[in-house]
Amino acid sequence: MKTVMVMLSAALVAVFAPAAQAQQGDQVAAAAKNTPVTQGQPPAKEQTPVKPVNPFNRLMQDKSTFNPPPPEDGIHDPGNEGTFLLQPPREAFGAFVKSNFGNRVDWVKTLDEGKINPRWDRLDPKAEPDVLDLNIVRVVRGSMPDVLYPHAPHTKWLTCENCHDAIFVPEAGKNQISMAAILMGEKCGVCHGKVAFPVTECRKCHSLKKEAVSKN
Amino acid sequence: MASFLILVMITLGVPMIGKAYAEYADVVINNFSSAEGMRPVVFPHWFHRVRFRCKVCHADLGFKFEAGGNQMRMVNIIEGEYCGACHNGEIAWAPENCDLCHSAKPNLATQVHGSTSQTLVTPVTGQPMEKQERAPKAKVLE
Ligand code: HEC
Ligand code: HEC
Ligand code: HEC
Ligand code: HEC
Ligand code: HEC
Ligand code: HEC
Repeated sequence: MKTVMVMLSAALVAVFAPAAQAQQGDQVAAAAKNTPVTQGQPPAKEQTPVKPVNPFNRLMQDKSTFNPPPPEDGIHDPGNEGTFLLQPPREAFGAFVKSNFGNRVDWVKTLDEGKINPRWDRLDPKAEPDVLDLNIVRVVRGSMPDVLYPHAPHTKWLTCENCHDAIFVPEAGKNQISMAAILMGEKCGVCHGKVAFPVTECRKCHSLKKEAVSKN
Repeated sequence: MASFLILVMITLGVPMIGKAYAEYADVVINNFSSAEGMRPVVFPHWFHRVRFRCKVCHADLGFKFEAGGNQMRMVNIIEGEYCGACHNGEIAWAPENCDLCHSAKPNLATQVHGSTSQTLVTPVTGQPMEKQERAPKAKVLE
């Protein structure tokens, strides 16, 4: 019984700590410099749950953890009141076209099918992008299918200046691009793997069969 | 009693999972916040791209493509720059809602969530083989 009581009090401390912290958050808000927000936060070690040593997938993320609501996502502070006012992604993604990567949303199709119509101008909801329909083929060494870079889906989201000339000079074949550079966040990797679909989706970029190209 | 305890443990256990499964492309911004006693900022790309195209922020408003690369200060924001271009009480709620932006766990470092470099099982060590002779071929499809 004694241990139960100890556990209970520990649990209660844990229950009230976030609330205390939320209050503290308000104070911090009022006088930005006052208190360190870390007080009352249990040390990180205690938070790690015991995991079985031999799960089927050891290094992959469990599917049930995709699109978590903010208080459970591990970066938002559940001790902050505001966290609970934020929209859970699943609530917003309901009608969107699904995918198996990134946000689990196929943003290209979701936009093309008119499920969303994000503003092209901060103030004018009617402004439309000038979509450029220009495809560029990058011939890849080795067995990987060649890369087709399509301007169309890009220019629906982005303007020319986002890429030209800071990331790419606008001349087919002029830019040195390699997978290593992309994985390290350069070239296509400035966006892909961070905000646009991740680099794990090889076929989205490597979409051209070799034979089809060599015939031309 | 015991079941109450278990209940407490379960409800607490969920948000206590140590690992971060944050939404892809959430950006934690912490150039100044922790040092000033505020929680770091979480910027959700998914939420904003439903409402605005990249161009609005990354061209018109001049946000650089770099987490932490825009040295934002609250004074800039209340003067209508950066987040303040919209979070001004007209396009979106105003800056007095501190907790909605400053919502990250204390002391989290600046980062992009789910980025390739974060999720790779092995770190990228390969350097682009720039030196190698391989004039890249490219052509335009009509
Ligand atoms: C181009 C305009 C724009 C800019 C720039 C902008 N926001 Fe927003 N933001 C919005 C709009 C519109 C909403 C939705 C407001 C509403 O729901 O009433 C929003 C909502 C949010 C939300 C709440 C999301 C939710 O779950 O409800 C957060 C957090 C946020 N913005 C953070 C930021 C931060 C941090 C920055 C700067 C780094 C920023 N925003 C810059 C337009 C913008
Ligand atoms: C997401 C990045 C991105 C955006 C946005 C973008 N481009 Fe490009 N552009 C590229 C890439 C990549 C290439 C190919 C470069 C290479 O092969 O070395 C290219 C090549 C070009 C070329 C050269 C074609 C040729 O035949 O040599 C032109 C012209 C061009 N872009 C114009 C534009 C215009 C106009 C816009 C705006 C409407 C635009 N681009 C927007 C990435 C982009
Ligand atoms: C400035 C940011 C940026 C850069 C640089 C960029 N992309 Fe993209 N790309 C996007 C965005 C945004 C989308 C829309 C889909 C999304 O967000 O997942 C997209 C979509 C695509 C698509 C369409 C996928 C589909 O579902 O139809 C392909 C293919 C693609 N990119 C290839 C490339 C290649 C190859 C490069 C480098 C030569 C590149 N991108 C560089 C931002 C970028
Ligand atoms: C965002 C688009 C994109 C994605 C996603 C992508 N690649 Fe690439 N890949 C490229 C581009 C662009 C090149 C350079 C082609 C050239 O030489 O012009 C390239 C080149 C390569 C090469 C040739 C060697 C080199 O480094 O240049 C290999 C092999 C390769 N990719 C494999 C992969 C594999 C495997 C995946 C999936 C894990 C993948 N790629 C995902 C765009 C992409
Ligand atoms: C629209 C989103 C947003 C809101 C609302 C907001 N902030 Fe910030 N704040 C930011 C961003 C972005 C930064 C830069 C973060 C960094 O680099 O650490 C920042 C930085 C700060 C900093 C450190 C830098 C500096 O300017 O001294 C303080 C302190 C701060 N905010 C206090 C507040 C307080 C207090 C409130 C409420 C009155 C508030 N913020 C509301 C987005 C916001
Ligand atoms: C509402 C404004 C807004 C919109 C819309 C927006 N972004 Fe961002 N983006 C930001 C902010 C804010 C940051 C973080 C800047 C900082 O930390 O200083 C950022 C950072 C980035 C980064 C840098 C990540 C890194 O690795 O460092 C990339 C890449 C990016 N955005 C791409 C995009 C793409 C692609 C789109 C469109 C699909 C987009 N953004 C739409 C505001 C926006």
